[in-house]
Amino acid sequence: MSARLPVLPDADAPGSGPDAPEATLDPSRRNFMKTASAGAALAALSACGLDVEDVFRKHFKELSRDELAKVLARVEKRNLEKFGKVTTVGAEGPRAGVQFGYGLDLSRCIGCRRCVYACVRENNQSRERPQIHWIRVLEMDKERGVDLAHAEQYYEPATVPRDGKFYMPVQCQHCENPPCVKACPTQATWKEPDGIVVIDYDWCIGCRCCMSACPYGARHFNWATPNLPAEELNPDQHYLGNRPRPKGVVEKCTFCIQRTRKGLYPACTEICPVGARKFGNLLDPESEIRKVMEMKRVFILKEELATHPQFFYFYAT
Amino acid sequence: MRDFAALGLAAALAASPDPAAKPVAKAESLVQAEPPPFSEGIFPCSACHADQKNPEHRELAFHDEQQSVLAHGERWCLDCHDLDDRDRLRLASGVRVPFTESYKLCGQCHGDKLRDWRVGVHGKRVGRWDGQKTYFLCVNCHDPHSPRFKGVVTVEVGGKKTTRYTAERIRPEPRPKRPEEMAR
Repeated sequence: MSARLPVLPDADAPGSGPDAPEATLDPSRRNFMKTASAGAALAALSACGLDVEDVFRKHFKELSRDELAKVLARVEKRNLEKFGKVTTVGAEGPRAGVQFGYGLDLSRCIGCRRCVYACVRENNQSRERPQIHWIRVLEMDKERGVDLAHAEQYYEPATVPRDGKFYMPVQCQHCENPPCVKACPTQATWKEPDGIVVIDYDWCIGCRCCMSACPYGARHFNWATPNLPAEELNPDQHYLGNRPRPKGVVEKCTFCIQRTRKGLYPACTEICPVGARKFGNLLDPESEIRKVMEMKRVFILKEELATHPQFFYFYAT
Repeated sequence: MRDFAALGLAAALAASPDPAAKPVAKAESLVQAEPPPFSEGIFPCSACHADQKNPEHRELAFHDEQQSVLAHGERWCLDCHDLDDRDRLRLASGVRVPFTESYKLCGQCHGDKLRDWRVGVHGKRVGRWDGQKTYFLCVNCHDPHSPRFKGVVTVEVGGKKTTRYTAERIRPEPRPKRPEEMAR
């Protein structure tokens, strides 16, 4: 299909060129309607910065190597046009024998929100209007324990931690049984073999069904065109991760897929000043996350929903 | 709850793309972070202490900043610092260790933390989850003279980034905007 589409603009002037394809010369009403509506769609597409190929291509998982390379090249081209900056957009796949798991030590976290902003910088979130944070740090009373009904995310004391409080960062839990994936009508979001729940922003239609399905509030919607200064753009990008998003799509934590698929720790783990964040391969008995699972009593958030998060909270005391 | 976690892990194992594929055996390379910097001009201690060897428990005229914050049970300088070799620390067994191995000293009492720290459960590591990583020392985050955690800052030592404990708690980053503050 994509091979024929580039000739569509010629439909406005049928037979104008010597090598115009026969289809555009057909004067039948049916064909006229077909080409006219396609032309209108085309105009709408170019208005939102997408190429025809982006819309008529196959699902990400069905792309051949060559097709994927073209898709990535188009994202890089769009980045260059929009930000005037050369970027590298990869699509590094999952490794065999790797299942990512995340641990968060609630007895260490001091609620400093360094992770929130490291994530924003790494993952090219919209800075403001709309402000998008993939990590939400909740302040709770030690006396009550984990009680989401009495959690405060807008705390702003002069210093942290506040006496009598503890802090619980919440982000995508990368569920083994993700309700968001089931809710998506277009298969724009899915779980990768290494456990990362990803979104193809080109496939997302912005219906926000996944947002209402997610019990963790981990998914965020671009209500307006993201506001991302070119000088702050992170040029190391992954197609399913931190590449810039258009208006009207959903985004969320990807365990820093552009970093972790290359073997690096996620940005939040790297910056956490107290070492509360643990990340690694659940299948590697020597990994920090496995040691956490073996040595500490871990718990998962909203266990009763049977979402089976791959994000484990624990108190190392 | 633990059962559920185990279940999650079992599910993870079952869902692995290739169950036979073991994690790649890698030369686990752990790199020690730079210890936090000494106060300027203080090291080597022997520069002054070569002929100062008073073991008496007393108010110090010089290291008062350490003594004033000292909040570490019933400790006294010479419980950890060696009287005869001031440039090294001294374990309860009498073995002397360099300042870069102070974790051995901490681990004499805090064995549970030492155990967790060695496998990466306590403390911080940066770098690669699948390879070379840098681990931080007890004293990168805890003031050895007043070990209860307060805060940390990033500092540079010898051109390398590391962390140093602070005397006060740290300021949090700005809170997220409330929905009503995100007007067009």
